[in-house]
Amino acid sequence: MKKYVLQDKLESSARRGFIKATSALSGALVIGFNLPAAGAKTVDAPMLTNAWVKVDSKGAVTLICHRSEMGQGVYTSMPMLVAEELDVPLSSVKIEMAPSAPVYINAMLGGQITGGSTSVRDAWTKLREAGASARTMLVGAAAETWKVPAAECTAANGVVMHKSGKKLSYGALVAKASTMKAPEKVALKDPKDWKIIGKNKPRLDTPSKVYGKAQFGIDVKKPGMLVASLAQAPVIGGKVVKVNDAKAKALKGVVSVVQIPDGVAVLAKDFYTAKKGRDLLEIEWDNGAGADLDNESIAAALRTASVNPGAIMRKDGSGVADMDKAASKVEAEYELPFLAHATLEPVNCTAEIINGECHVTGPIQFQQGAQYGVAAGINMPPEKVFIHTTFLGGGYGRKLELDFQIQAAQIAKAAGVPVKLLWSREDDMTHDFYRPLSLHQMTAGLDAAGNVTTFHSKLTSPSVTARAFPPVVQNGKDPFMAEGAENLTYKIPNIVVENVIHDTGIRVGYWRSVSNALNAFAVESFVDEIALATKKDPVALRMEMLKGDTRSQNVLKLATEKAGWGKAASGRALGVAQMECYGTHSAVVAEVSMTKEGPKVHKVTAVVDCGIVVHPDQAHAQIESGILLGFSSGMKNSITIKNGAVEQTNFHNYPMLRMSEVPLIDITFVSSSASPGGLGEVGVPLIMPAIANAVATLTGKRVHKLPLMGSFA
Amino acid sequence: MLKLNVNGKPANFDGDPDTPILWVLRDHLDVTSPKFGCGMALCGACTVHLDGAPIRSCSVPVSAAAGRKITTIEGLPAKVGKALQDAWIAEEVPQCGYCQTGQMMSAAALIAKNSNPSEADIIGAMDGNVCRCGTYHRIQKAIVRAGKSVAGAKA
Repeated sequence: MKKYVLQDKLESSARRGFIKATSALSGALVIGFNLPAAGAKTVDAPMLTNAWVKVDSKGAVTLICHRSEMGQGVYTSMPMLVAEELDVPLSSVKIEMAPSAPVYINAMLGGQITGGSTSVRDAWTKLREAGASARTMLVGAAAETWKVPAAECTAANGVVMHKSGKKLSYGALVAKASTMKAPEKVALKDPKDWKIIGKNKPRLDTPSKVYGKAQFGIDVKKPGMLVASLAQAPVIGGKVVKVNDAKAKALKGVVSVVQIPDGVAVLAKDFYTAKKGRDLLEIEWDNGAGADLDNESIAAALRTASVNPGAIMRKDGSGVADMDKAASKVEAEYELPFLAHATLEPVNCTAEIINGECHVTGPIQFQQGAQYGVAAGINMPPEKVFIHTTFLGGGYGRKLELDFQIQAAQIAKAAGVPVKLLWSREDDMTHDFYRPLSLHQMTAGLDAAGNVTTFHSKLTSPSVTARAFPPVVQNGKDPFMAEGAENLTYKIPNIVVENVIHDTGIRVGYWRSVSNALNAFAVESFVDEIALATKKDPVALRMEMLKGDTRSQNVLKLATEKAGWGKAASGRALGVAQMECYGTHSAVVAEVSMTKEGPKVHKVTAVVDCGIVVHPDQAHAQIESGILLGFSSGMKNSITIKNGAVEQTNFHNYPMLRMSEVPLIDITFVSSSASPGGLGEVGVPLIMPAIANAVATLTGKRVHKLPLMGSFA
Repeated sequence: MLKLNVNGKPANFDGDPDTPILWVLRDHLDVTSPKFGCGMALCGACTVHLDGAPIRSCSVPVSAAAGRKITTIEGLPAKVGKALQDAWIAEEVPQCGYCQTGQMMSAAALIAKNSNPSEADIIGAMDGNVCRCGTYHRIQKAIVRAGKSVAGAKA
């Protein structure tokens, strides 16, 4: 098998503009509303359908959710967009998860991917138009029935009305509407007429989640299914040399043992037996070249690489040409560790091969990738592979990866039965695609008055994109690596954002907010170091450098006012950070005190301007969630390597944030009529620089390295 | 053959008596509301009640449940169960939702004893339950709400 099975597919996809790096995509990709034949089912009764809407002749409405629900609320927000224009009450619709199909490609990312805080942004016009298209056909059918102009008819709550008072329900109109041609252009509602968008509609998945009925990947069960536990090489990428499975096979309850490229799987009726059998396997591994890696060698190689010139991701003015002419300079380095995703639902997937088709059911963030990856992994045509997406017990980018879907299908194929592959927490922690570790070298040139005239941010780090979508990285440029620095909002005449890609030998993956969290920690810590060096107030300095950027200035002003900037209680200090990412502006203030154990965060104040808010309560939930994930990871978490293997195994040595550690959180959204910005990742990047800045103000100690508590051990 | 009682109904298990309760429930009895998160009693996603007390079912062998009552979210006493579920819905607690049945089982044990818990009481009962989405503030609010509802029903 190829090193990376998707490569061919992705190469051809990349040529079409697979990922946002090639923005030619918008012209190349035609988004239609019609489902491809492969996904369509023949129906006996007439049904009005497009890719997001099904209305049957009884008037029952099913809306298709084409993004993966991993907590961020797409199971509600996507249907809200469709239902608004379809004019049906959200409370009465049924939701179905979309299959893998080209119509569901995320135009901002180029694949059927849930990530990049793009769901609402990508869907914003498309899904409202899908709803409006179906509504227009229903209205048209009514107008034709009544022989009146369509303009005299209106729709509301699943009923079309004529100005005369005549009414017909959607169900009664389906037969006629389904024979009509979809309109080429539809008019969307004026925002003042919205009944659903902008309202706190009940989340459609909440009841099932509190009654214990929601189906996560781990809950899938197929007739005759066995549970598999997979032994993988201690060093990721290692291979089986020899296996003795006699003891495993002798264990009562073990049904079979099969080998796949990634390791050896033990199958039983329950996970406990499968895992116990797997622990009885005697395997000789070839751990490969990675077996020599450890923290010191990785850090040393990263530093060596940082000396190389990098790709220039942004250059303003004369770049760094005049750096040496600056009246004074501020320099600093920041280092961030590898992180695991640690979704609470460990990696798992169910695969069933029947009648020449492979059905893959699980917590999947990249449906097309899963389809093509599995097809290549078991030598089956992609059109014979069907992806069924369950709820995800957390995603954060881990479930974009295809390893577990391919493994499940390979095990199912080898064993000849439906298989649910379930990783233990230890498997999940030690075989992740880790958030890249990073070294940030920052230099600012100041004029005699202390104004920043030149700003240089140099990041040396592994590139996730170079691993996952190699063709996207051209001339050493990974567009995702520059996030958080390239989108710098400060008005500085000369700016250089430089990236050195360095593969450490540890595999890396996209992790909620991707490089924004890395670069924002460096940039926003560094701005405070500049403020200290120039004896300026950190907020005043930022306001000055954000001159003319009213959205950025506004969130910063509001957040610092609300947090009581300049009025910290005795023994406490405030720290601030601000940025734009995913089309959203935000500012965060952290209030911190010192204890014997280290810094304690009492309160976090955040102000967010994401344009139009589709669901205020869930927007709030997303920002809170992002802040706490950034906090949880940034305070304590670090993945370290010994003899090529990850040292952390479970929550005792990779601790999770608990209720007793959670600060108060005050979040405000700025009212706006701008198009929606992203929200799912926006909360993550700013919390740690805000805390580090507060710590520096309080103690005089500047934290240059995460996890932050590591500086107070 | 072990004789079990799950949510008031009899059930049998004839496998390895060392099998943790979690896997008997999930893989043999198809009760999937208790979730697997860590396997080391570190995250609380698998919390169920054994004779009314919360346990981490990933780390308790099924042999310990013989002759005792196992309760999951589906089998909570109607009053407490409904109060919690209504409160969780009213506060829109879940995001990904994976940990929430475990959270609710810990909360159920708390409010069954103390319908007016202090913040410290809540943290004391809930600190073993991890929520990676960070819904802790909403969980706290929902517990207070559910407690009031249970107290109101008693009055």
